[in-house]
Amino acid sequence: MLGFQLGLSVTTPPPLIEMRGISKSFGPVKANEAVDLAVAPGEILGLLGENGAGKTTLMNILFGVYQPDAGDILANGTRVSIRNSADALAAGIGMVHQHFHLASRLTVLENLLIGIPGKSGRLDRAGALVRLDEIAANYGLRLDPDQPVSALSIGEQQRLEIIKALFRRARLLILDEPTAVLAPSEVDGLFAALRAMTTQGLGIIFISHKLNEVRALTHRCVVLRHGRVAGRVDVPAETTALEMAQLMCGHEIVPPERGPSVPGATVLSLDAVSTAGHGGMPLREVTLSVREGEIVGIAGVSGNGQRALADVVSGMLKPQSGMMEIAGKRVAAFTPREVQALGLGRIPEDRMTTGLVTNLPLADSMVLPRIGTEAFSAKGLLKPGAIVAFAEAQIEAYDIRCPGPMVRAGALSGGNLQKALLARELAFDPKVLIAAQPTRGLDIGAARFVHEKFLALRAKRCGIVVVSEDLEELLVLSDRIVVMYEGRIVGVLDAADASVSRLGLLMSGAGGNA
Amino acid sequence: MSAVLEQVFQVGFLAAIIRIGTPLAFATLGEMFSERAGVLNLGIEGIMLLAAMAGFTGAYFSGSLWIGVLAAIAVGALMGALHALFTVVLGLSQHVCGIGVTLFASGLAYFLYRLVFGQQSVPPSIKGFEPVPIPVLSDIPILGPAVFNQFTLVYMAILAVPIAAFILYRTPWGLSVRMVGENPRAADSAGVSVVSTRFQAVVLGGSLMGLAGAFLVMAQFNAFTFGVVSGRGWVAIALVVFGRWDPWRSAGAALLFAFVDALQLRLQAAGLGHIPYEAFLMLPFVLTIVAMAFMSRNAVAPSALLKPFRREER
Repeated sequence: MLGFQLGLSVTTPPPLIEMRGISKSFGPVKANEAVDLAVAPGEILGLLGENGAGKTTLMNILFGVYQPDAGDILANGTRVSIRNSADALAAGIGMVHQHFHLASRLTVLENLLIGIPGKSGRLDRAGALVRLDEIAANYGLRLDPDQPVSALSIGEQQRLEIIKALFRRARLLILDEPTAVLAPSEVDGLFAALRAMTTQGLGIIFISHKLNEVRALTHRCVVLRHGRVAGRVDVPAETTALEMAQLMCGHEIVPPERGPSVPGATVLSLDAVSTAGHGGMPLREVTLSVREGEIVGIAGVSGNGQRALADVVSGMLKPQSGMMEIAGKRVAAFTPREVQALGLGRIPEDRMTTGLVTNLPLADSMVLPRIGTEAFSAKGLLKPGAIVAFAEAQIEAYDIRCPGPMVRAGALSGGNLQKALLARELAFDPKVLIAAQPTRGLDIGAARFVHEKFLALRAKRCGIVVVSEDLEELLVLSDRIVVMYEGRIVGVLDAADASVSRLGLLMSGAGGNA
Repeated sequence: MSAVLEQVFQVGFLAAIIRIGTPLAFATLGEMFSERAGVLNLGIEGIMLLAAMAGFTGAYFSGSLWIGVLAAIAVGALMGALHALFTVVLGLSQHVCGIGVTLFASGLAYFLYRLVFGQQSVPPSIKGFEPVPIPVLSDIPILGPAVFNQFTLVYMAILAVPIAAFILYRTPWGLSVRMVGENPRAADSAGVSVVSTRFQAVVLGGSLMGLAGAFLVMAQFNAFTFGVVSGRGWVAIALVVFGRWDPWRSAGAALLFAFVDALQLRLQAAGLGHIPYEAFLMLPFVLTIVAMAFMSRNAVAPSALLKPFRREER
């Protein structure tokens, strides 16, 4: 690295963007400390790090959302001051956020034109269409300009975000976890477009947890840990994912042990269950059974009925037809209380809204599903002592990092929230557990913890359903993997036969008869 | 019965609809701009009253109706700015601040009116606007005298609808307004200032509410009374929902309400003696509730309505 700079500094152009000695604190927390980073024209830089390592803060500084406490930003070799997004855009920096910044009721074109000065007071539609054609020709990124964003798939919305940045003539594109929401086939398309951009001299900063993608795509990597640069990887393709992961978390990583599967009696069965659409893809004639001591993974691109499946199983959505049994008993009313009573535990997809009550003390959230049971209330009155004691015991047992049981649940980090949810559900020995995206947004360490708990639960003869968009996770955990496409089950694979490529094919709807 | 119908549907009926609909159209468009930017303005009722008071006072002392209109617009804009200061700049609750603005503005209107005019046995009045017939167009049978022989403010209201639609759908500023009302973070990351866009939209909305107040005292009643607005502001809030936050539909909603209001006035005058007049008075409001119950099922409010925007919050 040093040699490269010394030897060629005369002839190489200055980096598109260089960050020097960037530091930023939030109160006592040092989110970034003396971070150096540079992206050359035509280069894809991987930015790695666990949650809370400071990646997002660093990129938000680059995009003008936060101001650094110390350090300089240089664009093409000259110092620039980036006080807001408008400054960043002017400096040629475009950002594709993890959560898209689009107005879903407006059209593609309107989302592109926002903030762009008009032509004689009117929106410049004709000029925009010309520019759109250019982008389509140069990078192969195409969209119908008059479609409302709500009609676009997640992949198309991401394409719109990228087009939006190119539309503003960005020279450097920041992509925050761009593949988290995509099907494997869509990932290929994204990578092709990104490579096309580098041939035109654009620079890209690629943030991802998925180390194999980082190895396949990036030219160089910077690894952050606790806000500092923990290491740099000069040739990602020749570095193993394990080495990168160890740089990220700073210690050795051992994959979880998974004993042989010894499934027993069926604990959860769905028979030809169909639902009405409730703002998402409905289920169509889904038949599924889960036995005790078995982990069944549900794979599928986001929005193919997984949410409806999780809602039906957890008693939040009543099917239009079909039958469901938990531990041999037929579910009649489909209320959360009924399925809980039958022995179902639930790790919901959205921890903050349907998991815990973020504005209440952690202890209250941890007993919420069982607040009416004798353990926590009697004669219509709560037993605060029992509630706090229960929470304290779980905080101890699961190593939940928090100031105490009375802290506001929303103040916990994602990993600790997930531990609290696991503790809550596992404390009552569920016969069946349904977990949706159980490690989404968690770092390697926290994800490991969750996986270990699932495997321990499996050894205790619980039947577990894991809905996940992370195929690596499903491959590590599952005994069987069920693939959903457009509300149907389109394939069931034994763990031994499953691979990312086979799953990917099924997930895209291409493997109809598998 | 046919005698009643005859009395109801005379030429003047259409003209009455237009006159009743004009202040509602101004107020509804004003509220619509504010809400499209994501700010509910419950201050509308008070803003209309204070602007009406300011307009009347201005016209009374200057002798010029247009100075009165300008005063009403200015006061409307100022009160819009006050609401925007609370809800946009400081990010406080839009409900609470809106009600506060209405209480404050109404109280101020009563107070200032008493201060300026004292308690007179005969309330002071002004000579209001005269209808200005538009050549040729006013000669069209029925439609001509009803629509094209009206006050200048009526013509302004009619023009305001396409202008509002043009601004909202065809200009960069209008797109910014819609974007900050739908997804302020998206607007912010595109380099659009959410705070100033919302501020401008609420101030524009306030001036339109001011125009509505001006019409009431200078074209409709030609005097200021404390009951001059009497719920028209609240109705406008319902009409925005009814009109699905669209200028054309909102204006249509105002016209529909005006039609029923004009109808009930005629029915009262027709002397259907056995029905108490209060029943007729209720009619437009009942219609509003019924229409809202059916129409608002499909209405989708701007996504960021009621949500304050703070930059560094994740």
